Amino acid sequence: MKRDSFTVAFTVGAYGIAFGAAAIANHFTVAQACVLSLLLFSGASQFAVVGVMGAGGSAVSAIATSTLLGTRNALYGLRLAPILNHRGMKRILGAQITIDESTGVALAQSTDEEMRKGFWFTGIGVFIFWNIFTVLGALGAKAIGDPSAWGLDAAVPAAFLGLLWPRLKARETWAVAGAAIILSLSLTPFVPAGVPIISCALISIIVGWRK
Amino acid sequence: MSPGWIAVIGASVLAFALKYIGSSIPQSWLAHSRIQRINTLVPIALLSALVAVQTLTDKTKFVLDQRAAGVAVAIAALIAKAPFPVVVVGAAITSALICNFK
Repeated sequence: MKRDSFTVAFTVGAYGIAFGAAAIANHFTVAQACVLSLLLFSGASQFAVVGVMGAGGSAVSAIATSTLLGTRNALYGLRLAPILNHRGMKRILGAQITIDESTGVALAQSTDEEMRKGFWFTGIGVFIFWNIFTVLGALGAKAIGDPSAWGLDAAVPAAFLGLLWPRLKARETWAVAGAAIILSLSLTPFVPAGVPIISCALISIIVGWRK
Repeated sequence: MSPGWIAVIGASVLAFALKYIGSSIPQSWLAHSRIQRINTLVPIALLSALVAVQTLTDKTKFVLDQRAAGVAVAIAALIAKAPFPVVVVGAAITSALICNFK
């Protein structure tokens, strides 16, 4: 299980390079990229902050998109709470590393003891590697100058696609994805940047509610 | 404070609040199956919208440029079960080649 945690932590952490570079490409500073990885620490939400603002969206729409993407972490915390049973400082640290990967490894274990270990090893491991690779990606992108001038700008949507892909399983998920693509593109000419993206949360609420 | 820092700090504070609230509220609150389903679908809708908007628009206009080619390569890489860094780097190199040599 420790080896699982390490493998997950290293491979996921390495995506931090893509995040660091994307932050710089969207005109964020190295310091801002690092603060996002240290404090926000949730990949999809971090990409959303830099992606939405890079596309001309306001700080408010960047925060709203990031926060909507972060709601799943609350449900992970809820799911893990009776197993982890943390109090005080440990609950604060545990909350910070409650993300897709730490939850995924924890829930794959068979005993409570292993679940706790899986959660902490994976969460701390991803945190360490994600932050190291964020610095490397940001400094690397900074070194080559403005990455968007090089035409590297497909990296950010490709990163979103990579985060989306494993979630597309049932027919319903493909339908939601298709509807979100159509709605966001149709709204783009008429509303401020960022709003078309947040609006798509409605699709998930309608579909999830009705069934 | 610049808009960039407002977004960085605001998003970070709210992200932590969500993580912490989840570990602190009574189990029964969110156990409803509707909430679970919506929770699974929210990231799918938002990530799909982000892919579409970041690939095919610039400000408020539709644009078909090197990014679409890059994302097409990313889709091919994902279908071939390539790892995440290959997907991202493949897309970036494709768009860079088209942008610089068209």
